[in-house]
Amino acid sequence: MKFRGLILANLFRKKIRFALTIGSFAVALFLFGLLAAVKGAFSQGIEVAGADRLVIINRTSIIQPLPLSYRDKILRIPGVKSITHDNWFGGIYQDKRNFFPQFAIDIENQRQVYSELVVPDDQWNAFLNDHQGAIAGARTAKRFGWKIGDRIPIRSTFTRGTFEFNLVGIYHGQRPQDDETQFWFHWKLFDERMPERRKGLVGWYTLRVENPDDSVRIAKAIDNEFANSPYETKTETEKAFAASWVKQMGNIEFLILTIGGVVFFTLLFVTGNTMAIAVRERTGELAVLKAVGFSGRFILFIVLAESLLIAVIGGALGLAFAKLAMPGIAALLNGRLPYLVLSGNALLAGLGLAFVVGIISGLLPALGAMRLRVVDALRRA
Amino acid sequence: MVRVDGRGNSSSLISARGLNKKYRRGGEEIQVLQGLNLDVDKGDFVAFMGPSGSGKTTLLNLLGGLDVPSAGSITVAGDEITHMSAGKLTEWRARHVGFIFQMYNLIPVLTAFQNVELPLLLTKLSKADRRKHVETVLAIVGMADRMHHFPRQLSGGQEQRVAIARAIVSDPTFLLCDEPTGDLDRKSADDVMALVEQLVAEHGKTVLMVTHDPVVAQRAHVTLHLEKGVLVEAGRVEGVAAGGVA
Repeated sequence: MKFRGLILANLFRKKIRFALTIGSFAVALFLFGLLAAVKGAFSQGIEVAGADRLVIINRTSIIQPLPLSYRDKILRIPGVKSITHDNWFGGIYQDKRNFFPQFAIDIENQRQVYSELVVPDDQWNAFLNDHQGAIAGARTAKRFGWKIGDRIPIRSTFTRGTFEFNLVGIYHGQRPQDDETQFWFHWKLFDERMPERRKGLVGWYTLRVENPDDSVRIAKAIDNEFANSPYETKTETEKAFAASWVKQMGNIEFLILTIGGVVFFTLLFVTGNTMAIAVRERTGELAVLKAVGFSGRFILFIVLAESLLIAVIGGALGLAFAKLAMPGIAALLNGRLPYLVLSGNALLAGLGLAFVVGIISGLLPALGAMRLRVVDALRRA
Repeated sequence: MVRVDGRGNSSSLISARGLNKKYRRGGEEIQVLQGLNLDVDKGDFVAFMGPSGSGKTTLLNLLGGLDVPSAGSITVAGDEITHMSAGKLTEWRARHVGFIFQMYNLIPVLTAFQNVELPLLLTKLSKADRRKHVETVLAIVGMADRMHHFPRQLSGGQEQRVAIARAIVSDPTFLLCDEPTGDLDRKSADDVMALVEQLVAEHGKTVLMVTHDPVVAQRAHVTLHLEKGVLVEAGRVEGVAAGGVA
C-alpha cells in the first residue's frame, strides 16, 4: 500500500507518546483478558453441562443432603435413563492451599451419567475392586506428580482422621473444556466413615434423561414426588444448576462488565485525547496535504488508520501478555480456578474492543482534520 | 502577456474576472479584493507586491483553488474553477497547481524523497515511475544528493528547494509561490529565485509569486501591486498598453 510510509511515519513521530498510548492499551486489554478468563473459569461448568442431565439437590440448600432411598423412586419416573449420586468431600491434601475438588461417587453408575470423562477399562475395573481406590483427573495428577499406584492421604474436614487412597486410575475429558481436576473415590467408603446420623445420605443426584425435551416434565415430576417430605428436592438442568452455582459467588458478569466499561471509556478518552493532540500538532501538514490534492476523505482515513493501529497493536500486545501469563496466574491461585484460560472467543472479543475504541477515539479528531479549511490551517500553522 | 484591465483574450492560461472577496471578522465585513481582473499567459512569471492586508495571499489562494471568491470567476486552462465542488477542486489542484510556501511546509517525518513523492501518490504511476520522477526533479533543484535526508537535516534554502521539487513533480499547469524567500537569507533567496527563473525559462512554467521583497520581485517578468484589494499598478515592464503589460 503506497500510503503505508506516510501512516507509519506519523505513527512513530512521537515515540514516547506512541509507546505510552500503546502501553495504556496493552494494560487495559491485559486486564480485559484476565477478567474474561476469570469469567470463563467461573462459567466453565455451564459450558460443559450436558443437555440431557438434570441435577437434584435438597430444596433448602445444596449443603443439605438427600436420602439414598430416593434413587430407586427417581429411576421409576418415566424418561429417566440413569442416575448417580455424589458427596462433596472437601479434604486437605498436605496443605490447605492444595485445593482440588474431591467427590465420593456412586461407582456403579458414574460412567453412564458422566460418559465424557473417560477412564480406561482396566483402571476402572481396578477401581471397582479396590475399596480404597481413587481416580484423579489428568490435570490434578499432573499438578501433584501422581502416578498410578501412589498412595494419596487426604485429611477429612468433617470426620476425624485421614483417608488413605490408592490411586488406581486417571481420567481424561473428551473435550478440551472438560474438568480434569476432580478426585473420585467410593461413596461406600465415605458412608462407612460417617457418623450414624449421617449415614445413607447423598449430597446430590445427577440423572440422565432419555430425551432432553422431557427435562422440564421430569424435573417437575421428581419435585412433586418428594413434595412435603422432610427432604424436598429442587431439580434443574445441569446448565441451570451450574449457572446458579456461579451466581452464588457474586455477580461476576456485572463485575466484569463494570470494570470492562471503565476500561473502555478510559481508553476512549486517553486515545481520543492523544489523537486530538496529534492532529492539532499537524494542522499545517494536513493543510499542505489537502493543498497538494489529498482529499478530505483521505485525511480522515490516515488519522483513523493511525488511531486504529495504536489500538490494535496495543490491544494485541496486552492480549498476548494475558495469554502468556495465564498459566502463571492459575498456578498462583493454587488450582482454585483450574480453567483460567483465555479462549479464542475472548481474544477475538478483546481485539474487537480495541478495534471499536480505535475507531471511536479517532473519529472526532479525524472528522476535524477532514473538515479543515486549508486557508485557515495554513494561517494558523 | 499579463493584463489587469479585464480585456485579456480567451487564450489566457489564467483569467480572473470581477473577483471579490469579503471576510466577516467580529461582526465587521472586510472587503479584501474588489472587482479584480487578471489575465496571465502560459510561461509568465508574475510577482504580486503590496502592503500587509492588501489581499496578495488571498488572491493566490483564490487562484490556487484553496478558497472561493465572494463574487467573480476564475478560469484556468479552460476550467471555470469558481463553481467546482470541494472534491472536484481538490482533484483540480492535484493536476494543475504547485504550491511553494514561505515556511516550506515539508512533512518533518518524511525524507526529502518521500516529501517530493507525496503528490505522485495520488496518481496511478508505478513505484518505479514515481522514483524516476522524484529523482529527476530532485536533480533539477540540485538536491539529488540529499534525497534521503529529513527536513531537520537540511538548511532553509535546501528545504525550499525540496518544496519546489514537490511543487513541480506532478508537472502542474502553474506554480503559486507565497513569499518563497521570506524565511531565507539573501544568498539562499538568490539561489531559490535562480531556480524559479530556471523553471520558467527552461521548463516553460507559469509562476505567480507573492513577495514583500522588491529585489525578489525584480526577478519576475511583471510586478503587479495590490492595494486595498485592487491591482493598481504594473511594474518593470517593457511595454504597457491599455492596462496590459508584456
